[in-house]
Amino acid sequence: MKLNHLLLLTSLSISAYAAPQSFDFKDPKGVNNAIFKLDAPLESINGSASGITGTVSFDPENPAATTGKIVVASESLTVPNPMQKEHLHGANWLEVAKYPEITFEAKSLANVKTDGNVTTADATGTFTLHGVSKELTVPIKLTYLKDKLSARVPNLKGDLLVVRANFTINREDFNIQKGQYEDKVSPTIDLSLAIAGASIAQ
Amino acid sequence: MKRALIRLAVLVVLAAVVTWVATGANRGWTKTSQSVKTLDPVTGIEGITYQSKFSPGVDFLGAALAAAGLLAGASLLFRNKNQTNDKN
Repeated sequence: MKLNHLLLLTSLSISAYAAPQSFDFKDPKGVNNAIFKLDAPLESINGSASGITGTVSFDPENPAATTGKIVVASESLTVPNPMQKEHLHGANWLEVAKYPEITFEAKSLANVKTDGNVTTADATGTFTLHGVSKELTVPIKLTYLKDKLSARVPNLKGDLLVVRANFTINREDFNIQKGQYEDKVSPTIDLSLAIAGASIAQ
Repeated sequence: MKRALIRLAVLVVLAAVVTWVATGANRGWTKTSQSVKTLDPVTGIEGITYQSKFSPGVDFLGAALAAAGLLAGASLLFRNKNQTNDKN
């Protein structure tokens, strides 16, 4: 009986150790960002978004099981030209008042390769923009920084997870000015995500 | 009046060109802010913040040229002082 208890305790402690960690991507440092770029005749339209939240479940022992959801506040999309920003947020483009969030929910990883603390993979999930959801597969890079949270946020102990992704979407797939202004603004949008999440040690 | 309008038109163009050149001769669209990148040493992420900075672009030059054209065009509504004197 005692041996059974011991085995049970051992297996519980092993499973607790190996359990996936939840990383919160609300960034107190304000460095998390998503960059977007659209080609245009005079100059490309470059902007960024900073209002990023979300959680990712990551197991350092099993990175292939990573899942999570990243949310970008549409209102936080910024470009340096105020008129372009007004158009971008307005009723003809992103309709940020109606669709306040841009999300990507990763459901599974494929082609997972881990080298040290760095994992690369193709994440498949649902990308939602302008009220339209589409299944996408995007290449991602995960960097697990064990015990590095205190280096970033003093008084907090825990781990960091850096997620990077670069991919391209077509605005027409998301009903953004479908078939319109193709000579003025490219239908393809290059997206680049660089975000860090924290898992506070219990 | 005619001469004053033409002088004003020239002044508008000169002021616009000098401002455009002095602020970096931006050949893109006018910007009111500039992105600044800061590296987070722990994660290696380049954070982006925006600083207010007016950077006039080609649309600014175009607007100045249009305004100068309007002023020069308006000057055609007035006769030369010399022509008026000649007729008298």
